[in-house]
Amino acid sequence: MTPVQLYVLAGVLLCGLGFAGFLLTSHLLRKLMAFNIMGSGTFLLLVGLAQPNNTPDPVPQALVLTGIVVALAATALALVLMRRWYHLSGRTDLQGGPGD
Amino acid sequence: MLALLIPGLLFTPLALAVLCLLVNFRIGRLFSWVGIIVQVLVALGLWATVADQGGLYYDLGGWAAPLGIELRVDGLAVTFVLLTAVVASAAALHAGAYLDPRKGYQSYFWPLLWFLWAGLNGVWLAGDLFNLYVGLELISLAAVGLVALGGEAPALRAALRYLYAALLGSLGYLLAVALVYGSYGTLSLSGIAELAADHPPAPLILVLAALGLALKTALFPLHFWLPAAHGIAKSPVSALLSALVVKASFYIMARLWLEMGEQAGSIWLAQGLGALGAAGVVVGSWQAFRQSRLKMVVAYSSVAQIGYLFLLFPLSWGVATTTAELAQQGITLHLISHALAKAAMFLAAGNLILAVGNPQVSALAGVSRFLPFSLFSFGLAAVSLMGLPPSGGFVAKWLLLQASLAAGQWWWIGVLLLGSLLSALYVFRIFRASFLETGSDDPFYHPPRSLEVIPMALAVMAIGLGFVANLPLTVMALPVGGGVP
Amino acid sequence: MSFASALPLLTLMTSLVAALVIFMLPEQRQGLRTLLNLTAAVVKLGLVAIMVAGVFRGEDYSISYTLLPGVEFILRADALSVMFAGLSAVLWLFTTIYAVGYLEGAPNRSRFFGFFSLCVASTMGIALAGNLFTFLLFYEMLTLSTYPLVVHRGTRKAVRAGNSYLAYTLTGGVVLLLGVAWLHTLFGDLPFAATGHFQQVDPALHGTLALIFLILITGLAVKSAIFPLHGWLPTAMVAPAPVSALLHAVAVVKAGAFGIVRVVYDIYGIEFAYALGVLEPLGWLAAFTILYGSVRALSQTDLKRRLAFSTVSQVSYIVLGVTLFGPIGTIGGLVHLLHQGVMKITLFFCAGNYAETLGVHRIDELDGAGRRMPLTSIAFTLGAFGMMGAPPLAGFVTKWMLGSGALASGMLWVIPVLVASTLLNAAYFLPILYRLWFATPKGWSQERRWGRLETHSWLLWPPLLTAALTVLLGILASAPFSPLSWAELVAAREYLP
Repeated sequence: MTPVQLYVLAGVLLCGLGFAGFLLTSHLLRKLMAFNIMGSGTFLLLVGLAQPNNTPDPVPQALVLTGIVVALAATALALVLMRRWYHLSGRTDLQGGPGD
Repeated sequence: MLALLIPGLLFTPLALAVLCLLVNFRIGRLFSWVGIIVQVLVALGLWATVADQGGLYYDLGGWAAPLGIELRVDGLAVTFVLLTAVVASAAALHAGAYLDPRKGYQSYFWPLLWFLWAGLNGVWLAGDLFNLYVGLELISLAAVGLVALGGEAPALRAALRYLYAALLGSLGYLLAVALVYGSYGTLSLSGIAELAADHPPAPLILVLAALGLALKTALFPLHFWLPAAHGIAKSPVSALLSALVVKASFYIMARLWLEMGEQAGSIWLAQGLGALGAAGVVVGSWQAFRQSRLKMVVAYSSVAQIGYLFLLFPLSWGVATTTAELAQQGITLHLISHALAKAAMFLAAGNLILAVGNPQVSALAGVSRFLPFSLFSFGLAAVSLMGLPPSGGFVAKWLLLQASLAAGQWWWIGVLLLGSLLSALYVFRIFRASFLETGSDDPFYHPPRSLEVIPMALAVMAIGLGFVANLPLTVMALPVGGGVP
Repeated sequence: MSFASALPLLTLMTSLVAALVIFMLPEQRQGLRTLLNLTAAVVKLGLVAIMVAGVFRGEDYSISYTLLPGVEFILRADALSVMFAGLSAVLWLFTTIYAVGYLEGAPNRSRFFGFFSLCVASTMGIALAGNLFTFLLFYEMLTLSTYPLVVHRGTRKAVRAGNSYLAYTLTGGVVLLLGVAWLHTLFGDLPFAATGHFQQVDPALHGTLALIFLILITGLAVKSAIFPLHGWLPTAMVAPAPVSALLHAVAVVKAGAFGIVRVVYDIYGIEFAYALGVLEPLGWLAAFTILYGSVRALSQTDLKRRLAFSTVSQVSYIVLGVTLFGPIGTIGGLVHLLHQGVMKITLFFCAGNYAETLGVHRIDELDGAGRRMPLTSIAFTLGAFGMMGAPPLAGFVTKWMLGSGALASGMLWVIPVLVASTLLNAAYFLPILYRLWFATPKGWSQERRWGRLETHSWLLWPPLLTAALTVLLGILASAPFSPLSWAELVAAREYLP
C-alpha cells in the first residue's frame, strides 16, 4: 500500500465515522465532535490526494491551514450557541424544549 | 480605478465588521451608514466599468494564483455585487430603525452584517473553488449569528439547526474540492473547464458538491432547517437570509455545473435535481398556504421559489446552446427578482406584524383600510413572486417557459404554470385576511415612514426589473478579458 | 419620439399616473380626487379622439421597446384598437361620474379610485397592445387591478367572490401564457397584423396551430365568460355597482372578447382560421352560451344576477359574429363589442340606482319603481329593449348584421339561435319592465331622498346619457365614425383581397 492510498483510506474512514456520528447522535456536543472528525478526514484527503510524486505540495497545506481556522471559528460559534441554549432550555439536544 | 474598487468591496466590509464590534448599537449604525454609501458607490462604479469594458481577472494584492487570490470580475459577478449592495443596504437601513438599541446583544447586528456582506462579495467574485469555500463559511457563520440575534430559546434552536446543516453542507463541498485538487492539481474555475475537456472528472465530485450545496440552498427535501430559521429571525435578517444567503450556495453550484457539468453530469443528475426543485415548488407552496403565522408563510414561500432555481440543471444539460442560454438568463433574472421581492416581502411583513402586534395571518383584518402602504408594498412584491406581469418574476418565468419549450422538456412547463397558481394560493390568502373590514376604528400602531418606504423601494425595483431586464442580461453576456496590468 | 408615436403611450399614462397620484392622496381629499379623475378621463377621451381621426386618415401610431432579447413591448393604434379604446374612454368618463356619486361618504375611496384607474389603464393597454406579449401583460394586470374592486366591500361574501374570481381568471391567465409562449417559441414575436401571419405556414404545423388556438381561446374564454368558464361572473356581482358596470361593459369580459377578436383576425387571420376548421366549433360553443346564459337569466330573482347571466349570453354574440366567416358577420360581432357595452352599462347604472335609492336588489321588490324613479326607469327600459334587439335601438343593428352575416356565409343554424335568444331576452326583460311600470308600489323600507331629483344627480346623469347613446347608435348607425361604419372599415382590412 502506497502512502497516498493510506492517507486516502484513513481520510475516507474518518469522514465516514464522523458522518455516521453526526447523523446518529443527538447530543449537541457529540454532534460537534463528529463534525470535527469529519473535518479532519477531509483535510487528510486534501493533503493526501495531492502528492502524486511524494513531493509535498504547498497549496493544500495552505488550504488546510485556512480550513482549520474556519473549523475552529465554527466550533467556537457552535459552543457559544449551545451553552446559551442549555441555559435557556436545560437541554443538550434540539428535540422538545420551549416553543417546539 | 479598479485597483481601488475591488479591494474596496472586500476590505471595507471586513474593516467595518471589526470596527462595529468595538462600539454600541447607535455608533455602529452611524459607521454602517457611511459603509453603505461606500459599498453602493463602489458596486455601481464596478458595474459601470464592467458594463463598459467587459469582464476581467484580477489578482488580489498582486499575488498570482495558486497561492494568491484570483478574482473573476465578470458581468454576472458584478450584477450580483450590485444586487447585494441594494438588498443589504435596504435591510441595514430598515434594521437601524427596526431593532431595539436598548437590547445589548442587538448591537452584534452590525459586525455580523458586515461579515456577511464581505462573504457575499467574496463568493460572487471568487475565481477558484477554495476561496468560494472560505466565502461560503464566512456567510454561514455570520448568518447563524444573525438568526440567534433574537436571543430567545426558539431562535437559538433554529440557529443551531441551521448551523449544523450549514456545517455538514460545507464539508460535502470541501470534499469535492479535495477531489478536484487531487485529480487536476488546480482549483481555478476556468482551469478546471479546460482540463475537464480532456480528462472527464469523476461524477462523484459533482454529486458530493451538489449534495453539500443543496443542503445549504435548502433544496427539497433538505429544506428542513430553513423555515424555522427564516421565520424566527428578525425581519431585516430574514430578508438578508432569503434574498442573498441561500443564493450564494446556489451560485457556486451553478458555476461548477456550467464549468464541468457537461462532462461530469448525467441526465439522471440533471433531471433529478430539476425534479427535486419541482417538488420543492409544490411542497413549499402548499406548506406556505397552511401556515398560520405571516412570516412562516413568507419563509415557506422561499422553499418554493428556491425550487425554480434548480430547473437550471435539466434545462442546460444536453440541449442546444441557445436553449441553455435562455435557461441561464431566466434563472439569473429569477434569482435577482426573487431577491428583491422576497426582501421587500419580509420587510413589509415585519412592518405589518409591528403594526398589528400579532404574528398571525388572521390578525390582519382591517389592514387594507388603515395600513394600505405596507400592504401595497407586500402586494407589489407578491406580484413579482407569483410571476405575474409586469415584473421581474414574470420575465424570468417567460424565459424559463421558452427554455422548456425549446428543450422539449414539457414537464417543467407544468411545474412553472402550476407554481404560479400555487403561489397565488398562499399570497391571496394574506390579502383575503387583510381586506376584511373590522369597523371604522383604527386599532393599529403606525410604523414610522422610514420603515415603510424601504420595502416599497425594493418592491418597485422587483416590478421595474420587468421593464429593464434586457440591461442585466446584456452585461451578463459580456466576455471576460485578460487581467489588469 | 414624436408626439404622434407617443400618443398611445400618453393615452395609457393618463390613467396610470392618475392611479398613482390617487393612491398617494389622503382619504379625505375628495374634491381633489374627483377633479383628478375627471380631468384624466377627459384628457384620455381627447387623446383617443385624436387617434381615431388619425387612424381614419390612414396614420399609424406606434411605439416599441425591446423588453427581452426577441421580445418587444409594442403599443400601437390601429383601426381595431382605437375602436376598443374609444369605448373604454367614453364609458370610463360616465362610470367615474357615477362612481363618485355612488361612493359618497363610503370608506376606502382612495384605494377604490386608485385601482379603478389602474383597471382602466390595463384596459387601454389591452386595446393598444401591438403584439400578443404586450396583450398578455395587460391582460394579467387587469386581473390584479380588478381583484381589490371585487372585494371592495370587505364582507365575507365579497372575499369569497374574490376567491372565485381569482381562481377562474388566474387559471385562465396561466393557460393563455402557455399558448402565447408556445407560439413565441415556434414563430418568434408576433405583432398584430391585419389578415394574420399563417397564410404560408408549413402544413405539418397545422395540427399544432389548432391545438395552440384551443389553448389561447380557453385562456381568453374565462374572462369573456363563455360556457363552461363563466362561473365567476354572477358571483362577482357582490361588487359595488360601478365595478359591475365596468366589469361587464368595458373591462374584463370585453378584454376576453377583444382578445378572441385579435387572435382570430390578427394572429391566425380569419381566412386561415376558417381553413383550419377551428371557427365552426367555437361558433357552436358561442351559440350554446347565448342560449344557456339566457335560460339561466330567466330563473334569477336578483336583478344584478339576472343582468350578469344576460352578459354571459350577450358577450357570446361578439364571439359568434367573429366565427361567421364573411365580412358581414365580422361587422356584426365587432359592432356588438361597442353596442353591448353601452346598453349593458345603462342597465347596471340603473340597477345601482334602484339599490342605492330604494334599497332594492330583488326583481320582485321593483313593483311600481317606474313611478317613483321615472327617468332611471326610462333609461332601463331603453337598455332592455336595446338588448332584446328592438328597432331602431343599437341592439337591433347588431342582430340584423349577425343574421345577414349568417345568411351570407350559409351558416343557417345561426338564425334559429338568434330568434330563440331574442325570445328569451324578451322573456326575462319584459317581466321586469312590467313590474316597473304597471305593478302597484308596495313601498320601500330603505328609501332615501335627495332633494327634488329622484336620486343623486351624479347617479342620474350617466344612465340617461348612455340610454340616449343607445338610441343614437341605432338611429345614426350609418353616420361616419359610428361604430357600424368603423366596424365596416375594420372588416374591409381583415379579409384578403
